[in-house]
Amino acid sequence: MIELDRAGRSFKVKRNVVHAVHDLSFTVAPGEFVGYLGPNGAGKSTTIKMLCGILTPTSGTVRVAGLDPSRKRTVVARRIGVVFGQRTTLWWDLPLKDSFELIRLLYKVDRKDFRVRLDELVETLDLSTFMKTPVRQLSLGQRMRGDLTAALLHAPEVLVLDEPTIGLDVVSKNSIRAFLQRVNAERGTTVLLTTHDLGDIERLCKRVMVIDHGRMQFDGTLDELMAGESSLEEVVTRLYTAGAQ
Amino acid sequence: MRIPAHGLLSCPHSPEVHTILLYARLVRYGFRKHATYVAAALAGAFTNSVFGILRAYVLIALWQARPGLAGYDVLDAVTFCFITQAFIGPMQLFGGGLTIPERIRSGDIALDLVRPASLQLCSLAEDLGRAGYLFVVRGLPPTILGALLFGITAPDNPGAFLVSFTLGVVVSFGWRYLVALSVCWLLDDRGTMAVSLVLTTFFSGMMLPLGIFPGFLGDLAAALPWAAMVQIPMDVYLGKADIWQALGVQALWVAVMLGLGALGTRLIRHRVVIQGG
Amino acid sequence: MVRTYVLLAWTWTRAAAAYPVSFAIMTVLGFLVAGLDVAAILVIFSNTTTLAGFTRDQVLFLYGTSNVAFALCDMLVSNLDRISLHVKSGTFDTMLIRPVSTWIQTATDRFLITRIGRVLQALLVLGYAVTALDLPWSRLWMVPVMIGCGFVIFSALWTLAGALQFVLTDAPEVSSAFTYGSGQLTQYPFAIYGREVVRGVTYVLPLAFVNWQPGLYVLGLPDPFGTPEFMRFLGPVAALVLALLAGLAWRQGIRRYRSTGS
Repeated sequence: MIELDRAGRSFKVKRNVVHAVHDLSFTVAPGEFVGYLGPNGAGKSTTIKMLCGILTPTSGTVRVAGLDPSRKRTVVARRIGVVFGQRTTLWWDLPLKDSFELIRLLYKVDRKDFRVRLDELVETLDLSTFMKTPVRQLSLGQRMRGDLTAALLHAPEVLVLDEPTIGLDVVSKNSIRAFLQRVNAERGTTVLLTTHDLGDIERLCKRVMVIDHGRMQFDGTLDELMAGESSLEEVVTRLYTAGAQ
Repeated sequence: MRIPAHGLLSCPHSPEVHTILLYARLVRYGFRKHATYVAAALAGAFTNSVFGILRAYVLIALWQARPGLAGYDVLDAVTFCFITQAFIGPMQLFGGGLTIPERIRSGDIALDLVRPASLQLCSLAEDLGRAGYLFVVRGLPPTILGALLFGITAPDNPGAFLVSFTLGVVVSFGWRYLVALSVCWLLDDRGTMAVSLVLTTFFSGMMLPLGIFPGFLGDLAAALPWAAMVQIPMDVYLGKADIWQALGVQALWVAVMLGLGALGTRLIRHRVVIQGG
Repeated sequence: MVRTYVLLAWTWTRAAAAYPVSFAIMTVLGFLVAGLDVAAILVIFSNTTTLAGFTRDQVLFLYGTSNVAFALCDMLVSNLDRISLHVKSGTFDTMLIRPVSTWIQTATDRFLITRIGRVLQALLVLGYAVTALDLPWSRLWMVPVMIGCGFVIFSALWTLAGALQFVLTDAPEVSSAFTYGSGQLTQYPFAIYGREVVRGVTYVLPLAFVNWQPGLYVLGLPDPFGTPEFMRFLGPVAALVLALLAGLAWRQGIRRYRSTGS
């Protein structure tokens, strides 16, 4: 479903070339739930932006559902759902309801399908009380639930989540995790999740990838990563600090 | 992290002697705050210059058809055009420049109003600093460009012009301050902003010299406060007005505007601090 | 494309219509602000009967044709010049994850139907000028053509100005010198400008084809700069070339886009 083959992205910063992502290769099969870890500045967001077609890779190839996102941006966009925890993809001044309506128009979702999906999402994520509230007045937890809804209204095959639980309280976190698990299990949606919250990983991901300095450091199951140790935090800390040296 | 919109947090609980130091510091603060937006200021200067060239051609065509109109010759008209373009930045002739509307909307204005220094004078000091910076960065480019492309005259009496220009900035501040305070009573300030834009561009002389306005319209424009922003300083620049009379009229408008502003400040203090917004 | 545009614009209009009073006020004020330029023309002609050989009604005709096209652009595409805001705030990333062209999304973002006040004002002036000048029907067919070409030329300029902002994110105001400057420039007969300026806005930036060249045809006047007669009819060609260039520039701008932040 997602394939990267020696993909790289470099930026020119004042005559120096910085490789945000370097020769990165991995494959995610349909229906997988993959955690994508790495310290700040490791290249996680750059990878995700290449998957969505926001950034064009400077080397190698990226394929989502068999298509090159930077060339076939609009086609890929219909098959992928994206959530950025740090910022909303909703319209700041519009009520949630109008934002969803805009999404329907942008993604050309059939009116009937839209109705069914929206009703279902509104119910599971408990949105009904603030559907008429402008996005800027929503709390972080409410906004994140709105963003998740927006990302799923066009029934994407792939869901990419960039730190979806950042800044949320325990209750909101748990409800979002339960929801993601359901989406993956019931709809078979492929999920790629970046996070700094190891609880997300323990609860949700069978497979984990760790990236640092734009290169893959580890790719395997959560059990392999733990390798008999008891604390995920210690394992990850060791990986991150090893990368720094 | 944004810098607090007014330097009021730095206002000391003032023994009277410190008052002048405080305002001097606020002037410097306003200057330095705007100095961080060099690119934006230069872009503004570029736009003002382009529009200066376009306006100059219109005025040249008019003065070729009517030499000596309103007591100006072609050179005076071109000078008028470029110097008034140079006024746009420092006098904020298209409105804005103050952070008060944002602060009223966010409620932060209450913090400013409980400080022991006058909101109006602190704002004025900061605005003068802003004007000083933009006088250089947005004022000089159109002036130099006008001089190179078309030729302009030097000020008749530079000292008097500087005084008159500064008074013009204060009148402009006084007007913008009143417009800014109106947000307190009107939810949507875009309306007042647009009305202010129309009145200021039309009646200040920014668009065309007030001397060519026909009959009653000309007399009306000359009697309104906006003339004290652009037309009067320009007449002083070109040596077309009696200096003392011109400065007197400006001083009068300064007094009126600041007086009304003080009244307005008292009203919003009542509304915000006592009634709790 | 048109359908998507209309649907998006309609959503924004519906959201704005929730506040009917400010909606009405903004329409009226748009009308007023736009009236300033006409007021300037009227004041000028209260002092003279001709400006560079053109009468008041002829100038109003040129103003009207240029301004109908310009005001339509102001309403329909001028939001393109907010691109640097989108880049800075990260909302441009969001537009890139949507399956619709970024051009349409940027142009419709915060679409304001209230800007129609300006279009109405320009149409009113144009209507007056056409009636007062008593122009022959045999040449009036050019008026809709020139408004169409003007619309395409101004839209292309806005697109170019938007593309420029991918490079000049810190100084978006530069682009308004081109867009609003072009609107201002075409309000008056080009006869008032210097020969070099007119050459520049004929052969480099083809503003002469908005209303000057075709306008001379409608008014039945010779070009004071002596360009040949066939130039009066080149508007569509100029519009097409500029539109293609603008499209390329927009694509280049997006390729240069470096999403910042995490």
